[in-house]
Amino acid sequence: MQIDEAMLKGIIAQVIQDMGEGSWSSTDNGCCSDSASKAPIGVYSSPLAVKSFEVLGPARAGVKADEVVIGVGPAFGLGQNKTIVNIPHAQVLRELIAGIEEEGISARVIRIKRTSDLSYIGLDAAKLSGSGIGIGMQSRGTTVIHQKDLLPLNNLELFPQSPLLTLETYRQIGKNAALYVKGESPDPVPTLNDQMARPKYQAKAAVLHIKETEFIVPDGAAEELKAF
Amino acid sequence: MRSKRFEILEKRPVNQDGLVQEWPEVGLIAMNSPNDPIPSIVVKDGVVLELDGKRREEFDMIDEFIANYAIDVTSAEAVMAIDSLELARRLVDPNCARQEIVRLARAMTPAKIVDVIHHLNVVEMMMALQKMRARKTPSNQCHVTNLQDNPVLLAADAAEAAARGFDEMETTVAVVRYAPLNALSILVGSQTGRGGVITQCAVEEATELMLGMKGLTSYAETVSVYGTEQVFVDGDDTPWSKSFLASAYASRGLKMRYTSGTGSEVQMGYAEGKSMLYLETRCIMITKGAGVQGLQNGSISCIGIPGAVPSGIRAVLAENLITTMLDLEVASGNDQTFSHSDIRRTARMLMQMLPGTDFIFSGYSAVPNYDNMFAGSNFDCDDLDDYLLLQRDLMVDGGLRPVKEDDIVALRHKAAKALQAIFKELGLPQVTDEEVEAATYAHGSKDVIKRKVVDDLKAAEDLMKSKVTGIDVVKALAKNGFNDVAENLLNLLKQRVSGDYLHTSAIFDKSFNVISAVNDPNDYQGPGTGYRMSVERWNEIKNIARAISADKLDV
Repeated sequence: MQIDEAMLKGIIAQVIQDMGEGSWSSTDNGCCSDSASKAPIGVYSSPLAVKSFEVLGPARAGVKADEVVIGVGPAFGLGQNKTIVNIPHAQVLRELIAGIEEEGISARVIRIKRTSDLSYIGLDAAKLSGSGIGIGMQSRGTTVIHQKDLLPLNNLELFPQSPLLTLETYRQIGKNAALYVKGESPDPVPTLNDQMARPKYQAKAAVLHIKETEFIVPDGAAEELKAF
Repeated sequence: MRSKRFEILEKRPVNQDGLVQEWPEVGLIAMNSPNDPIPSIVVKDGVVLELDGKRREEFDMIDEFIANYAIDVTSAEAVMAIDSLELARRLVDPNCARQEIVRLARAMTPAKIVDVIHHLNVVEMMMALQKMRARKTPSNQCHVTNLQDNPVLLAADAAEAAARGFDEMETTVAVVRYAPLNALSILVGSQTGRGGVITQCAVEEATELMLGMKGLTSYAETVSVYGTEQVFVDGDDTPWSKSFLASAYASRGLKMRYTSGTGSEVQMGYAEGKSMLYLETRCIMITKGAGVQGLQNGSISCIGIPGAVPSGIRAVLAENLITTMLDLEVASGNDQTFSHSDIRRTARMLMQMLPGTDFIFSGYSAVPNYDNMFAGSNFDCDDLDDYLLLQRDLMVDGGLRPVKEDDIVALRHKAAKALQAIFKELGLPQVTDEEVEAATYAHGSKDVIKRKVVDDLKAAEDLMKSKVTGIDVVKALAKNGFNDVAENLLNLLKQRVSGDYLHTSAIFDKSFNVISAVNDPNDYQGPGTGYRMSVERWNEIKNIARAISADKLDV
């Protein structure tokens, strides 16, 4: 595993933070009505040094039937480094991958360049996945589990309210994606709902989406990112 | 040292609301963007050669669609020559009839309509909306959903919502694959509560159409249109493909309307620096051009964006008004959480409730907001008594009526039992008596018995693939003694054949008579005209049981 200086600094910062905060995958950000305001803002606010993810080259079509491809938005790790509630992208990816791997399935990460639309990010990932199962994620954190033969606006599971997604949820999303690969019918990850996420976050979400969209490369091919 | 006053103000709910400064370059501006075009039109031989400063060869696909189908070219040049301020005054003047405004508005370009509307303050907009609403009698729509997609609770909630006065009912899903069961549940519940309520299930467009064709829904609304070409393209759509979808509904005798709203283009990152209201006006004109009878707008799921910028809620009222000016049915929003502040969310709602619209809410949450799978509505079931009292205080018809607890409990129970019988007849996973009991008395999904989701999803998938239609549901109801519900549902299916409810702004009364802009046209022309509450309706609204009666006062 190649580690550059920036990533090393990030890992150190992370370890220090973990030590200070105890377990970061705390489960107390449940589905209560004000969970968004209690969401991990304080815990994750210290900026990490990890600014980007290493690009390995153009994304290839998968041949392994036991993989999940995680497609991330065009600004992921470039223009934006954390979700709408300030969870660092590196941690989100780590949880998604851990969830997948704990089911004995492998994970691959690609950055979608041609669109910032979640359905298509997820569907593009699914189409490049050897198993046909993909996870799509916008830089602000909104996530979908997609399958290659579904209509774009259909999906296996959708997590539309980005401010409510915690690291624990991301791990469960990874796990469920892996279970679909194994041909199982898992209970969907419980959908969180906070009716006050919109008035609090929608304008911020719009600004983040505009910034994501600025990174689109029209007709650009997806690129493979180095996972951990 | 902090001011104690400022400290307390800071903690008020309103200060949880996200606000942003205007950013016109990316379209984060409600009205009057410096990049909005100047109104202009050139017509030659019945063809629009120039629209709002663009020559025909520069048109994007939306310009082309509007120029070809949405503008009355015979009078466009004459109307465009009239001063916008003069047109704004006619809009508010009760002596200028609704039909005359429709004639004028049909001859305007998007930029001209926006230019006219700029002259109005919100009170003037409300006066104009009162006159321009297509159906004389105002009405209301609700959301019925829950966090678990629990079908028994959906049926009970739908029955209650129907009894409370909602004429349209919309569900959606927490898990997409539940869609057919959700559609079935509110269909049965609604016809138990009050025959003639029409229902829809908002999901992916192809699935939604299929549910309608199966007779599990009676109308559709979530066919979205957008104000910039790129947003359309991102959704793999064009105004023409949306028109095709609209025709598919009409051909099956299903009512439908489009959906759009200020803020969607900037939310999706492609507003081209234009104001939200200008782009929304293009959406309204696409709807008119497609020949669709109505539109759901009022920002809808993007309300947090106009709500965060100056004059945004005025723009939301303006988009409702423009919809009615083009002679379209308007389902006027208020369907999404908008503010932490009770004061702000009520003020926003009054803009539509006071003048009245075809559907004041296009989803009042008939369930607690924690169960609202549209991510919460501006008002929910816990606000019902406040809403009823607003109707009574102001003598305004908001579409709802006071109800008695015993009646509601009985209806909820009946709807849950009816659904239990249908599940049994159709071979769907069992509904136990305990589930019926829990749903009958529940406030929301926290109070019901959890179902085996995997079994339900498998059954939903099989139901979608099977040849089961609304007629099989009618049979199942009749076989199990629910004859009145069966008859209501059969009547609803018959309407699909006659198609009278495809007219603008159509709803049914409890005897399945259509009430629409055709047989109940809005004829407002000042005091003494337009919609005036009947004595019966006023008695219903004012009769709130807990009001103290002088002759029963214990002194």
